[in-house]
Amino acid sequence: MEHIELFFKSIFIDNMVFATFLGMCSYLAVSKKVSTAVGLGAAVIFVLAVTVPVNWLLDQYILQPGALKWLGTEYADFDLSFLSFIMFIATIATMVQLVEIIVEKFAPGLYNSLGIFLPLIAVNCAILGGSLFMQSREIPSIDLAFNYGVSSGIGWFLAILAIAAIREKIRYSKVPGPLRGLGITFIITGLMAIGFMSFGGMLTGGDDEAKAKEEVKTAEAPRKANENKLVTNTTSINE
Amino acid sequence: MGLLSRKDAKLISDPLADNNPITIQVLGICSALAITAELKASIVMAVSVLFVMGVGNVVISLIRNIIPSKIRIIVQLTVVAALVIIVDQVLKAFAYELSKTLSVFVGLIITNCIIMGRFEAFALGNGLWRSFLDGIGNALGYGVILIIVGFFRELLGAGTLLGYKVLGDPIEKTGVYAFGYENNGFMLLAPMALIVVGIIIWVQRSRNKALIEDE
Repeated sequence: MEHIELFFKSIFIDNMVFATFLGMCSYLAVSKKVSTAVGLGAAVIFVLAVTVPVNWLLDQYILQPGALKWLGTEYADFDLSFLSFIMFIATIATMVQLVEIIVEKFAPGLYNSLGIFLPLIAVNCAILGGSLFMQSREIPSIDLAFNYGVSSGIGWFLAILAIAAIREKIRYSKVPGPLRGLGITFIITGLMAIGFMSFGGMLTGGDDEAKAKEEVKTAEAPRKANENKLVTNTTSINE
Repeated sequence: MGLLSRKDAKLISDPLADNNPITIQVLGICSALAITAELKASIVMAVSVLFVMGVGNVVISLIRNIIPSKIRIIVQLTVVAALVIIVDQVLKAFAYELSKTLSVFVGLIITNCIIMGRFEAFALGNGLWRSFLDGIGNALGYGVILIIVGFFRELLGAGTLLGYKVLGDPIEKTGVYAFGYENNGFMLLAPMALIVVGIIIWVQRSRNKALIEDE
């Protein structure tokens, strides 16, 4: 259940683009066509799925205060957490390079479609952000870290796919000159972010207070029963 | 200007307006949006980026002839990461509360595209002094947008500036609140940052028609 909760939470509620603005640079630069957006999105999912678990291991066994205990008791009070930025970015840069070589060797087809985007990804804030959020949210196990990487990648993928589709259509509409291109993309992203905020309601799924309120509502207004049923449905999914 | 030749002065003034890193070059958006709910955080972020950009550009410019071009990205990342660690440690030591608000976004200065972009586009091909000016100029251009966005979001969203209640007290109904003014809490939420930047772009491009993109 933990897994499903984290999965939906990272896709919809903590969406990389709409809630934390990570990876905005490439999000804005590569979203002119759906086909390229799909390529970059897939590459981001792929790299996040690899780097987040690797950085989780690094964090757990090298960087955290007391993580070096496995080396012997005299290392137990070492705290290397100030090194985490440099370690994470080095891992990401190497992993991206490695992934590029491996994909080129074993899946040339995939390489041709992802290839040009892979080097770009090393400096995509979404990738480093994924690892840093993994660290600051103290994700407890490696499979959850993997899940977090994949699901936040999917969230980013959805966001760039949606904006690319909208931008392809918007070419045919009459946008005021100064807003054309970048300006309107910002404003649309803002509106989409407002839309995604409504998913925040999923968070109250396990909240007792919200549940109690719900019960009061059902008692008061039977005609709203349908809506509440919907809410309870999402609740049961969350649990 | 006595100190700077006209060409050098342009390096600083250009990014402030017609070649602004955020609104024109579309670099460094990520951190610009996430931390601008308060003016104070925006200013600290702007200063941190100013430091990293200025020093980083100088370092890269100094070693530009000895970096093998194949591994330059990793070298650049290492230089930035080292500088950002300094910033992070200083913030943690002297402004702990603030470093909690900025949380991961201090770390994300590393992947701030402005920094990598300027390294690639400028510091790798220019001398020390010009690279330094370019770094300062771009960081200032970035900071200006950050401070504008932070100013409006904090003023309209919380009615405060740097924590001071400039519009009066919303609970005791003093200042403008006496006339029925209400804070727009929505300004503090993430989506409004995007829309505020969108409006800044609109204003800037209406003033300078040359910047308008043609489809």
